[in-house]
Amino acid sequence: MDFRLNEEQQMLQDTVARLVRGEYSFEKRLEFSESELGFSEDFWKQLGELGLTAVPFPEELGGFGGGGVEVQSVMTELGRGLCIEPYLQSVVLGGGLISQVGNDAQKEQWLGGIASGEVRAAVGLQEPQSFYDLNNVETRAENSGDGYVLNGRKAVVIGGHCADVLLVSARTGGDTREADGISLFLVSPDADGVERRTYPTIDGAKGCDLVLNNVKVGTDALLGEEGKAADIIEYQTGRAISGLCGEAVGAMEVACDLTLDYLKQRKQFGVPIGKFQVLQHRMVDMMSELEQARSMAILAASVADEPQSDERRRILAAAKNVIGRAGQFISEKGIQSHGGIGMTWEYNFAHYAKRLVMINHQLGDDDFHLERYAALLQAS
Amino acid sequence: MNMNYTAEELAFRDEVRAFLDEKLPEDIAAKVKGFRRLSKEDHQRWQKILSEKGWYATHWPEEYGGVKWSPVQKHIWDDESCRYGVPRSIPFGVNMVAPVIIKFGTEEQKQKYLPRILSGEDWWCQGYSEPGAGSDLASLKTRAVREGDHYIVNGQKTWTTLGQHANMIFCLVRTNTEVKAQEGISFLLIDMNTPGITVRPIITLDGEHEVNEVFFEDVKVPVENLVGEEDKGWTYAKYLLTYERTGLAGIGISKAALSHLKELAGRRLKNGRPLIEDPSFSQRIAQVEIDLTAAAISNLRIIASVEGGGVPGAESSMLKVRGTEIRQTINDLARRAIGPYAIPFVEEELDLDYDGEFLSDENAAPLAAQYFNNRKLSIFGGSNEIQKNIVSKMILGL
Ligand SMILES: Cc1cc2nc3c(=O)[nH]c(=O)nc-3n(C[C@H](O)[C@H](O)[C@H](O)COP(=O)(O)OP(=O)(O)OC[C@H]3O[C@@H](n4cnc5c(N)ncnc54)[C@H](O)[C@@H]3O)c2cc1C
Ligand SMILES: Cc1cc2nc3c(=O)[nH]c(=O)nc-3n(C[C@H](O)[C@H](O)[C@H](O)COP(=O)(O)OP(=O)(O)OC[C@H]3O[C@@H](n4cnc5c(N)ncnc54)[C@H](O)[C@@H]3O)c2cc1C
Repeated sequence: MDFRLNEEQQMLQDTVARLVRGEYSFEKRLEFSESELGFSEDFWKQLGELGLTAVPFPEELGGFGGGGVEVQSVMTELGRGLCIEPYLQSVVLGGGLISQVGNDAQKEQWLGGIASGEVRAAVGLQEPQSFYDLNNVETRAENSGDGYVLNGRKAVVIGGHCADVLLVSARTGGDTREADGISLFLVSPDADGVERRTYPTIDGAKGCDLVLNNVKVGTDALLGEEGKAADIIEYQTGRAISGLCGEAVGAMEVACDLTLDYLKQRKQFGVPIGKFQVLQHRMVDMMSELEQARSMAILAASVADEPQSDERRRILAAAKNVIGRAGQFISEKGIQSHGGIGMTWEYNFAHYAKRLVMINHQLGDDDFHLERYAALLQAS
Repeated sequence: MNMNYTAEELAFRDEVRAFLDEKLPEDIAAKVKGFRRLSKEDHQRWQKILSEKGWYATHWPEEYGGVKWSPVQKHIWDDESCRYGVPRSIPFGVNMVAPVIIKFGTEEQKQKYLPRILSGEDWWCQGYSEPGAGSDLASLKTRAVREGDHYIVNGQKTWTTLGQHANMIFCLVRTNTEVKAQEGISFLLIDMNTPGITVRPIITLDGEHEVNEVFFEDVKVPVENLVGEEDKGWTYAKYLLTYERTGLAGIGISKAALSHLKELAGRRLKNGRPLIEDPSFSQRIAQVEIDLTAAAISNLRIIASVEGGGVPGAESSMLKVRGTEIRQTINDLARRAIGPYAIPFVEEELDLDYDGEFLSDENAAPLAAQYFNNRKLSIFGGSNEIQKNIVSKMILGL
């Protein structure tokens, strides 16, 4: 057994680390966040030029067929830098869905651009009533003979405000919460009837809700088999969960480092506050939460691109549960150990805290994944 | 043992309810209940109504315009007013500096400041903390040097809540560097419009401006603004802190927040059913309700002991820790209840006049921000760690 990255993986991670260190100071991030686009176009371009947006794609698309570990190597560094570019949405989820079930024409049309970074995809799978259950789909796609007509609303589409292509789930059959009958469609954001309500997110990114009002798409917009998308969505969100674990671990590492530094620097009662045992033990608890999260991230990466199985499902649910809890713990305890300064906009810790808590609201929180895991419990 | 209100107390409760039914402005209550921003004007408008009723200054003797409520009456007021959505009184004037002035101030100070607090003419803020003096308050460095009939003040205060609205600040300043830290501190009342004072905003992680830095550069403060004796400020400061701590448990606020949470969970859906019917979520709510019940009874026990002539001691520190943890848990659950919609931050929906379509729930917009903002509860007014230190020292003898 060897838990270390191999040479290539290490080089990949170092490349991202260098880029992030050079381009993504805390001050710049705030600027990116406040810009119209909500992130850095320039940084995104560099991710493309360095081949980082191509990591999970095959060689002919400029990538190197990276799996869970490679995607996590990238995401961990993006997490350390608190980067707000829609890498997860476009490259991992959007690219993943098209790669898995797209027909040749669709792959031809989109994958090259997604891999090079010239095209950005966003993914609308949640709905106002769905909570975290992605089979809970009310948006309908009526077959109109020469295509489909989509009606409904997709919730909290991160990166949706600036996407070149939207991937949305909609019902071609079945009842609201059935797995059967869910289909995936490629929708142009400029199509008639697509309305985007754009907003900033509390953790510094941007997203939108998508209202689909009699949106007409051709049969070529159907991604994969009609009515059979639930498994594909589950599989690809599993890959995304693994990626998010990487991001969370990166952010937790920095959050722990910042807190530890502060405990050593900040003096009260004539001593560094790190001399107070209650803060020492809390710091130890934060580090051990981080270790738990790291372990689960590694485990998640190891199954991210394996064929679907209950074992894969369990591991991914377990990993998301652990990083959700660890992220919240480190955020709350980190703020507390900092005192007032941990609550300020000007100091980067608070922004890590916000991102970590919000990761728990993406692709299912710790409660959701605990239930999912319980439902998959093995009898022995 | 008798856990029931007396007939008089019940009558008082009815009076409180009748008053709030009649006088509490609907827009203000809606803001409080929906966790929306309150303006300075909102606070002042409500304060005026309370003052007219004679119910604003509940810690003051009657001769200065206070109302003589028993601890149980104060509790009834707290409970009912939170339930109705009454804004929390900005405590710095009425509940902090005023008791100090009443107990230690000169007759002129009482005549000058108390009526202005009652009328809302003065808005006070609290200048205790400094960048280097947080938990270790006694290490404060802001210096006041006497020159003739003035003190010349130099230094910096920080975390000054709502200092941007204030025209008066009460400060702890160092007047003697030769003695033990606690023995060289004085309590000064400073007009914020004095030349040399600069207020700079500190933006908190939720993007709000509620705290400030206050800088003092050769600020001339008349000696008659000294409260009590020079170098004895620490005693007065501690006297004030006991007032600050009672009430920090926020039982009434938690009760209101809990019912807000239940309503929210009744509207949000999970698996096609109201979230409040979900087995695991309803258990989380049940757990915090149980803990709140226990804390509420502990609160009543402390109140009853004060009623019988006792002083709230280190017990109120335990209650502060518990109470703030409970409020933070309720905020955590409210954030969880909106699921993916915790992520968008739709600031315009914080405005009560917002008349557009709500992105998700009408009360969703402030929830995540409030969760983050209320991390402060376990930090200010003496951090929860400091409260536990007090309990281990004062009660346990450790
Ligand atoms: C079932 C069992 C089997 C054992 N087997 C062996 C054995 O095979 N060989 C052997 O040599 N010993 C053995 N021990 C002894 C064991 O190592 C001691 O119990 C242990 O080191 C704690 O010492 P103590 O019981 O004297 O408790 P104390 O040291 O008196 O500690 C009491 C409490 O104070 C806490 N405490 C102490 N110092 C600090 C500090 N600096 N900071 C914070 N908290 C502190 C402790 O964590 C504990 O909670 C065994 C004990 C048990 C219970
Ligand atoms: C939103 C907000 C509003 C505020 N409003 C005001 C105001 O209006 N006026 C005012 O004067 N102040 C105000 N404060 C300041 C507040 O009182 C201080 O933040 C608080 O006293 C903690 O000080 P600090 O932030 O410097 O943290 P520090 O004292 O540096 O503490 C950092 C960490 O160390 C811990 N710690 C420190 N000493 C010990 C110890 N001996 N044992 C164990 N742990 C310890 C603390 O508990 C904390 O976890 C406000 C603060 C906030 C966040």
